[in-house]
Amino acid sequence: MEDSYLAVLISAGLCALVVAIMVGASWVLGRRSPNRAKAAVFEAGNRAVGEVKTHRFPVKFYLTAILFIVFDVEVVFMYPWAVVFRRLGWFGLAEMAAFVLVLAVGLAYVWKVGALEWD
Amino acid sequence: MDLLIIFTKCLVALLLVLQVGILLLWVERKGSALIQDRVGANRANLFGGILPFNLGIVNTLMADPLKLFTKEDIVPEGADHFLHWLAPFLALFPLFLTFAVIPFGDVLEVGGRTINLQAVDLNVGILFVLALVSMGVYGVVLGGWASNSRYALLGGIRGSAQMISYEIAMGLALVAVVLTFGTLDLQQIVRAQGQLMWGVIPAWGVFYQPLALVILFIAGMAESKRAPFDLPEAESELIAGFFTEYSGSKQSVFMLADFVEVAIVAALVTTLFFGGWQVPWLQRDGFHFPGGLSLALPSLLVTLLQVLSFLLKLFLFCWLQILIRWSLPRLRYDQLMNLGWKRLLPIALVNVAISAVLALALQGWTVR
Repeated sequence: MEDSYLAVLISAGLCALVVAIMVGASWVLGRRSPNRAKAAVFEAGNRAVGEVKTHRFPVKFYLTAILFIVFDVEVVFMYPWAVVFRRLGWFGLAEMAAFVLVLAVGLAYVWKVGALEWD
Repeated sequence: MDLLIIFTKCLVALLLVLQVGILLLWVERKGSALIQDRVGANRANLFGGILPFNLGIVNTLMADPLKLFTKEDIVPEGADHFLHWLAPFLALFPLFLTFAVIPFGDVLEVGGRTINLQAVDLNVGILFVLALVSMGVYGVVLGGWASNSRYALLGGIRGSAQMISYEIAMGLALVAVVLTFGTLDLQQIVRAQGQLMWGVIPAWGVFYQPLALVILFIAGMAESKRAPFDLPEAESELIAGFFTEYSGSKQSVFMLADFVEVAIVAALVTTLFFGGWQVPWLQRDGFHFPGGLSLALPSLLVTLLQVLSFLLKLFLFCWLQILIRWSLPRLRYDQLMNLGWKRLLPIALVNVAISAVLALALQGWTVR
């Protein structure tokens, strides 16, 4: 099994090289003639106002991300259980059902309270 | 020597994904033209008109990439240069690496060696795939942020919110599949699908987990931001969403990431549900039909048949995604998030529950 991780390293190196070449291709091959109008951001004819770095955006995206973290960690915990599922039998199923039930109650609460709306 | 074999397999996997990605661009253009009852791109020729016919495939496979790579690389004012470069890199690099764990054949018996036709033989293959697909979200968010444009930022954030919402449903569908096969290793899953149910039907995953197939397909298409879920990059509405401010090869990297993700979803569906490289009733020494008839074949021919079967199934599911894209209208953003959180997530949970109960109750229900 050790050389399967060496294969991951080789594969990652190859992919990184190819993608880096692709991303850098037009910096090497394309012309370089910077121009005030070309560098302006797109705003359909108007001049863009305001900095992006201080631009506010709705907090519901943050809420979605937090909910994603919670449920993704739940899914990650289900993977080892799914692999050794046969050996754990009915008792393992009951334990995992209790775990998922706690999180399902959380999902029901989030749904009822309206945090999944509108986004 | 072993190192050389590993290097060759990694190179083959990388070339395969590059070829499939670029071919899909042509298939999409011509296929969408076919669906929309028009001809599509066919105005390409060599040296200004030597050949008496036009070569649409030359247009897409060679002229388009060449044009994009030689365009000027414009970085908008005030944008972070490093992040502007990093975003397309992070969008495409994990997707290329995912193909390294997809098995494209059984074994190749050459020169006294038995080579497993899978570039990286990980025993946690499915986790590796999920982790890399999750890393694709970075490319979207950074692409929006690094463009110093408020519309790109909003496009990037909406795109990433959509991607992470569907990742949970995808992960849960895969939990049900892992439950059925009892392993995370992709090559073992494909090998286990060579067994026969009741001596007749090959035990493909679709017979055991049809609901997980539907969930994975829908979630995969939403993850790759393809229609009908392509609001973050709605071509007719938002110019290009999070990659508005990209030009030249960086833009082509984002577009290639779209097609490579189509190929990845197709590869996952093929590997987990439709037997991967398995040809029905074909084993390493030849065909063994139910009913006793058997046909002995040389092992190289068997390997060739299996690799061709994998490629055929891969293209079939890529074509299915292209068909769906050009047939269905776009979903509104709140309908999209609704589908991810309120429909697919509970259905996937119920699927895992039913699969677990069935797997324990019926001893012969699972594949090993």
